Amino acid sequence: MALSNSYETPAPGFNFDNAARNAALEGLFDGGQTPKPLKTGTTIAGVVFKDGVVLGADTRATSSEVVADKMCAKIHFISPNIYCCGAGTAADTEKTTDLLSSNLTIFSLNSGRNPRVVMAVNILQDMLYRYHGQIGANLILGGVDCTGNHLYTVGPYGSVNKVPYLSMGSGDLAALGILEDGFKPDLELEPAKELVRAAIHAGIMSDLGSGSNIDICVITKQGVDYIRPYQESQYKHNRTMKYKYGPGTTPVLTEKVVPLKLEVVQETVQQMETA
Amino acid sequence: MAASSVMMPYFSQQVSSKSDMVPDWTRQEVSTGTTIMAVEYDGGVVIGADSRTTTGAYIANRVTDKLTRIHDRIYCCRSGSAADTQAIAEVVAYQLGFHSIELDEPPLVETAANLFRASCYRYREELTAGILVAGWDRRKGGQVYSVPIGGMLVRQPVSVGGSGSTYIYGFMDSNYKPGLNKDQCMELTATALTLAMERDGSSGGVVRLASISEEGVERRVILGNQLPKFSTH
Repeated sequence: MALSNSYETPAPGFNFDNAARNAALEGLFDGGQTPKPLKTGTTIAGVVFKDGVVLGADTRATSSEVVADKMCAKIHFISPNIYCCGAGTAADTEKTTDLLSSNLTIFSLNSGRNPRVVMAVNILQDMLYRYHGQIGANLILGGVDCTGNHLYTVGPYGSVNKVPYLSMGSGDLAALGILEDGFKPDLELEPAKELVRAAIHAGIMSDLGSGSNIDICVITKQGVDYIRPYQESQYKHNRTMKYKYGPGTTPVLTEKVVPLKLEVVQETVQQMETA
Repeated sequence: MAASSVMMPYFSQQVSSKSDMVPDWTRQEVSTGTTIMAVEYDGGVVIGADSRTTTGAYIANRVTDKLTRIHDRIYCCRSGSAADTQAIAEVVAYQLGFHSIELDEPPLVETAANLFRASCYRYREELTAGILVAGWDRRKGGQVYSVPIGGMLVRQPVSVGGSGSTYIYGFMDSNYKPGLNKDQCMELTATALTLAMERDGSSGGVVRLASISEEGVERRVILGNQLPKFSTH
């Protein structure tokens, strides 16, 4: 058992030391105020079309009733041919997709190949299953690789579903209605983008946790088109004032200077090799 | 990677979350809440499943494929927690594939069933998985093994599982006879699954069927509007 005053490099992976404490706290107080994780309260959607995959997301991040971020990026880069939309706890989706991206980059560098979507799915499934739902990440993975165009969803407990279209997040029921009505196999690019836009729009209109702008990401064999924002919110407010204050705005009443007494304890000189 | 891959569940307690920003069902575990069935016939097996995966009251996937390939002539039907059964099936498929390469011959269905049982029994406290293992091998022909929650292993000529199975035990008891041929088995399975899907809220969608024999695996889908109709006033 390490001494508390000696620094120990933290063990790799997530640290769940506070989970038991939080659970105990909640039990102690009636409706005890344990820290609420920032949830994205989101609408994300994905559609497989003829030449690739279209992913869409809203851009609102909420912290209970307050909009914490109006221009949050929910479509994360995994690899040049794979992108991932994340719903659930914002920190969990960010870190999980970062880890996944790093792992796949290492794979790419080692093998010289573009990663396949199934690889990303397997890594995610493995990790999320190991943590048994403690990582609150609902992810939509979409990408194009040598085997075709794929769209997968991975749940927080590690369950995987492969589907041609889907939506996730708090606004998913509204978005799914649009997708169920408008989806056809082998759509063209513009109808596919319009379908995803309409689905996210439905989520934004019908769900309090979703709002602001719509981001669209189109992945094809030729490359990626990350359109941010694809559609701006009609309720955008232009700031009427500048919030920058020049020096002198706050008057100085008194000034007191205290010189610190410092002692030179040790002096080392290291020569730089400039040759 | 070691030949004996082990699943190491870390935390099995549920972290309660009082946030009401996201609906209740997003915090529920995804369950296959299902109807699955497997029947032996002379020369192979017929397996079938519905296609509904639920998260609480929401249908997360209405076209799920619950008939999972473990090996060329061995499939399993999954019911229970989607994550748990997917993870177990992957582990067993790996173990069986490795074993088959070592032996340099196709694996036995009984081996696959025992691998499932080993994982399901050892981690019985952490897992929620009810699995039907079915397939064909040269030694014993078509076989169906049932590995329900808890990790029991039993071979049966016909077996049903999942939440919808309770509604069709009577139907199975009265309509199954030994000595059916492949097409009769297909029809029996399709009918049984349809009846269960009618009554069980957690089962529905399409009926996925597969027949496994020495020749190979033949898969079929019966869409919602093509299912047999039963008049209930």
